Amino acid sequence: MLAKIDWVGWILLVARMVVIFAGLLVVVMLVIWMERKVVADMQMRPGPNRAGPAGILVTLADGAKLFFKEGIMPITADRAVYLVAPVAALVPAFLAFAVIPFGTGVRLFGHRIPFQGTDLNIGILWILAMASLAVYGVVLAGWSSGSNYPLLGSIRATAQMISYEVGMGLALVAVMLYSGTLTLSRIVALQGRHFGVSWLTWLPKWNLFLQFPAFLIYMTAALAETNRPPFDLPEAETELVAGHHTEYSGIKFAMFYLAEYLHMVTVSSVGVTLFLGGWRGPMFHVVPWLWPSVWFAVKLVAVVYAMIWIRATLPRFRYDRLMSFGWKALIPIGLLWILVTAAAIQLPKVYGNWKAAYVTFLATILVLLLFAPALVGKPRSAEPEGPPAPPVPVPAIPAKPEVEP
Amino acid sequence: MAESFYQSYGVVVALLIGGFGLVAVAFTAARLIAPRRQTAEKLMTYECGIDPVGEGWSQSQIRYYIYAFLFVIFDVESVFLFPWANIFVRLGYQAVVEMAIFVFVLALGLLYAYKKKVLQWV
Repeated sequence: MLAKIDWVGWILLVARMVVIFAGLLVVVMLVIWMERKVVADMQMRPGPNRAGPAGILVTLADGAKLFFKEGIMPITADRAVYLVAPVAALVPAFLAFAVIPFGTGVRLFGHRIPFQGTDLNIGILWILAMASLAVYGVVLAGWSSGSNYPLLGSIRATAQMISYEVGMGLALVAVMLYSGTLTLSRIVALQGRHFGVSWLTWLPKWNLFLQFPAFLIYMTAALAETNRPPFDLPEAETELVAGHHTEYSGIKFAMFYLAEYLHMVTVSSVGVTLFLGGWRGPMFHVVPWLWPSVWFAVKLVAVVYAMIWIRATLPRFRYDRLMSFGWKALIPIGLLWILVTAAAIQLPKVYGNWKAAYVTFLATILVLLLFAPALVGKPRSAEPEGPPAPPVPVPAIPAKPEVEP
Repeated sequence: MAESFYQSYGVVVALLIGGFGLVAVAFTAARLIAPRRQTAEKLMTYECGIDPVGEGWSQSQIRYYIYAFLFVIFDVESVFLFPWANIFVRLGYQAVVEMAIFVFVLALGLLYAYKKKVLQWV
């Protein structure tokens, strides 16, 4: 109960909160800088290089600049909703991160401080809930602007986000099924085990290996949820100017920008926690409490780098392809994978371990094969080619009259 | 080791307050230091430079609406899957069969939508 926390406990609670907020802001700042640098590198240009060493302070400079910019609200806007939208976009992004364990924790003043906002017993469900709330920021922004492009962008974004949310939820159910718990710290703990087969004992039992299809589904859905390329149709600048935040300027635009990258950091952290073993990694005796956080950061950077890499590599999806991929590929495969996982857990009780392992292995291959056409992408012509159109009668071009010299 | 209910959700409430606080501070600061010189042109909505025509709230395709319906169906399905997955290990293989039937019925729904060409854009 509340009464049991003494004043040191309260101070530590507040300190933990401040650290999470400040840490997230710094991480987002670095991720934005990293994205700009990596993309610049892949496009063979220097990228930001003015503010600070290698331009590392560029985001800070941009943020500070946006404070001094005039915030213009269009006269057609619905004032209240227009102001609520950036808040609705930003706050869930912070809250989603609250359940991520990013280290083991330390002991200070006789209190154990876990490196985790809070270890809710509904961890995965909480993340899904916050991911769903993120849709509100987009919808409200688009609707309240009273302008055409934001409205189109937000409707597109909503349809896309809710479609891929189902796929994401199914991938998370599979992980949950395998772990038997919703608590994120417990899921990380379970990934600390090693494989029981003699030639595989060196390999940690990350969910990545046993839940590989779920990992693929999750990461694809995560890209779509955060409106990252190749799923960045909601803000396709060639079609929609900037999507839902077209009419936002100044600090309100900064909020959307911040929320977008916060989401990117959050979904990457969830991916690291659920599939890549969270903060687990080789420990050393020098500053033992720091290593878990270092490993978490390393994995986070790896996932974020992959997302940036995808952005620099793949062109944008077409909208019909996007929706059909979500509904015809991700969701059926997700459903199938849940059943495979469930069978894989219960089969060893009925048959022996080995027979169950074979069946599971074959089922996994089958599911991956189902994925293959989507990944390899057999080029299909968009429109079915009918018979060639009959030649249009063209009047004969009159012969050029000879001009007598 | 485990935190109490109030403690763990206390952190959530604290983060919620912190988030709103952050936004409030940012908005107030911007209001104090950002210039405010509004003109009729600035207050117009943006339509690539030409004056906007008609209202901003235009009608859009019915397909988005159908996808919203489908989303509700499948999201509720995953809501059913969550408690099942949580106590699944204790239930035994019958649970797999039961859930397989449930998923199959829903998959039929998806198949029906597919057949009706609802999932096809344009």
